Amino acid sequence: MNTNLLLAGFGGQGILFTGKVAAYAGMLDGKEVSWLPSYGPEMRGGTANCSVCVSESPIGSPLVTAPDVLVAMNHPSLEKFEKTVVPNGLIILDSSIVKDEVKRKDVRVVYLQATRLASDNGLMGLASMVMIGRLYKETGFCSEASLFEGIKRSVPVRKQSLMDKNIEAAKIGIKSGE
Amino acid sequence: MPEKVLMKGNEAAAEAAILAGCRHFFGYPITPQTEIAAHMSNRMPKIGGIYLQAESEIGAINMVLGASAAGVRTMTSSSSPGISLKAESLSYLAGSDLPAVLVNIQRAGPGLGGIQPSQADYWQATRSSGHGDYKMLVFAPSTVQEMVDLVVDAFYLSDKYRMPAMILSDGLLGQMMEPVVFDESKVKKAPEKPWATCGHGDKREHNIITSLFIDPYDLDAVVKARYERYEHIKENEQRYEEYCTKDADIIVVSYGASARIVRSAVDAARKEGIKAGMIRPISVWPFPDKPILSKINDVKAFLCVEMSMGQMVDDVRLAVNGKKDVKFFGHTGGVVPTPSEVLEEIKKINRGA
Amino acid sequence: MKFEKPKALTDMPFHYCPGCSHGIVHRLIAEVIDELGIEGRTVGVAPVGCAVFAYNYFSCDMVQSPHGRAQAVATGIKRANPENMVFTYQGDGDLAAIGTAETIHAAARGENMTVIFINNAIYGMTGGQMAPTTLIGQVTQTSPYGRDPKTAGYPMKVCELLSTLDGVALAQRVSVDTVKNVKEAKKAIKKAFEYQMEGKGYTIVEILCVCPTNWGLSMKDSLKWLRGTLMPNYPVGVVKDTGAKCKSKVKEVK
Repeated sequence: MNTNLLLAGFGGQGILFTGKVAAYAGMLDGKEVSWLPSYGPEMRGGTANCSVCVSESPIGSPLVTAPDVLVAMNHPSLEKFEKTVVPNGLIILDSSIVKDEVKRKDVRVVYLQATRLASDNGLMGLASMVMIGRLYKETGFCSEASLFEGIKRSVPVRKQSLMDKNIEAAKIGIKSGE
Repeated sequence: MPEKVLMKGNEAAAEAAILAGCRHFFGYPITPQTEIAAHMSNRMPKIGGIYLQAESEIGAINMVLGASAAGVRTMTSSSSPGISLKAESLSYLAGSDLPAVLVNIQRAGPGLGGIQPSQADYWQATRSSGHGDYKMLVFAPSTVQEMVDLVVDAFYLSDKYRMPAMILSDGLLGQMMEPVVFDESKVKKAPEKPWATCGHGDKREHNIITSLFIDPYDLDAVVKARYERYEHIKENEQRYEEYCTKDADIIVVSYGASARIVRSAVDAARKEGIKAGMIRPISVWPFPDKPILSKINDVKAFLCVEMSMGQMVDDVRLAVNGKKDVKFFGHTGGVVPTPSEVLEEIKKINRGA
Repeated sequence: MKFEKPKALTDMPFHYCPGCSHGIVHRLIAEVIDELGIEGRTVGVAPVGCAVFAYNYFSCDMVQSPHGRAQAVATGIKRANPENMVFTYQGDGDLAAIGTAETIHAAARGENMTVIFINNAIYGMTGGQMAPTTLIGQVTQTSPYGRDPKTAGYPMKVCELLSTLDGVALAQRVSVDTVKNVKEAKKAIKKAFEYQMEGKGYTIVEILCVCPTNWGLSMKDSLKWLRGTLMPNYPVGVVKDTGAKCKSKVKEVK
């Protein structure tokens, strides 16, 4: 299975980190992976997005222009990328932030109150981990063990204390899809 | 077996230099290569190396010149506008027969241009990075792993041939993460450097590093001798990858990041029954004309795909020498071509357009 | 006392013009290198300018630098082998015009090296053009009506400029116009090298020199002009010395 992911939201929501977790998870499953962020002035407090490819074969362009899955954590991201999702693709929205509904009828949509779920469970700022838990549950782009290991490998040394909370948030995401 | 890690191209380039024994890095920030400097500033103090943030790209490359003259493996990195600033000393390095490794994470030009990926510095890297008759070794990675491997090899070959080597990459490779392995067994030790200016210790005559030869006949002889070395390199150091070329009617020539897109386009063309293939130069100087010459009679046409207005296409045309049609497709300004665009070009050629 | 060529100079004859001060300064540096016994671990950096061939004259290892970049090159050499004694030899165009950024930042970093700065208020090798140190009213090929500050700005006092930087351990201006001043110059050069040996930081010795060829003056008149015109604008003496305690800041040498 090949999965092209596009993750988008505000800077500070952990978009790039979440993408890295996804790439790590794919790598640990023995797949080819790539991760590419948007970069430049737009990163300074504005929107952030990153492309992640998880594939059985060598990856061509790491720039995802037609995602299989769009993870959108703010309104501008949905507006900008909704139309790029492949037909029969998947859009996962953080519906505690994005109030609009997806207009397209040819894609599957998951509305997940990730930010609210995170804060309800004392996991402020970890909504993106809730999202990736759900992403895993919906697509099975990686194994569960690799997802958790991917989180472990991605959390920087200075933030090791937050490891368990990241995993907890991902588990909430997984559970939300059961 | 060393562990596989996920790393940005920029960080991987820096870590590869450390693997190759580089302990002297002189840098200056510029998007999209800054992670190289940042990684070095983090790592060097921990391993007894030097990270020095210079006052400018000019300062940085001249510190490299000094450290190289002193006999150590040394590196600097920048992105396009910064490479223009380093041009002067690239010429001095070559003219003084000094090794050094330079990384160019290309962005769009001319001028301040943009910060998105580009391959518009090909001419600069392979033709005229600075004044005078000289060449640099130029390698163009297409994956983050290849970035690592080529940085390691660039140090070795730069030392071996006593000339500067450039990693010609771009913002896409620099910014993207892929799994990489750092394999120490691939590192080749630096040769002895009896020419280094590190103090003669009262044991030998004084060494002089200079690019000045005031007598025209002296300079003529020095440059000609250097060009003999270049000829040897052209014969022995061409690097390339062939993909689906065995039975190909149409061969796409592409390097670095754009070769990734071309690979997808070739796959798509094959699915449609079009016999497309790719030659991917890994060394762009020396330019790998051998695989092109070997295929010249078997193909209908060549197509060159670059993130520029067409620069490497000159080298393809020089190799083909009018015997076959050489088409070009590219985007510039930071726009990355898509596989479907390239496929469309392949189809056009296939239709005989 | 037998007068001999210092060991740190090669047998290569100097190419400098008659009357030029470069020969004296080369000799002083070589004498200091000999006296300190450091030739084997010294690396010099030659500039672009009249002194470009300095690499042929000093017996220590030598590197020829791009124009103005000597102190960046020296930084690379010193950082690669900190046990080396590293000096640059630069003129006023090389150091104070095209190489200003490299100079100021090497000083600001407190690079542990020695800069020998030849100030003769003119470009020598290119044939007598205006330098950053050219005096107001001074006629050169590119200031044919005399340097006019309204269009060409003011002369740069390099030692004073650099003395504001914390990385500078020694900034001293000397002259080589009299026996006494030559001795003083050698003392300053020696002190600069000693400071480097002690790891004190950046040291610069600015040396007022004559350029009879491009000044268009006889040797005698050149010395007169140096004393009467150049020196009042560039007073000799210690401008900064972190090693000297409780000494007056500027010592005038008459």
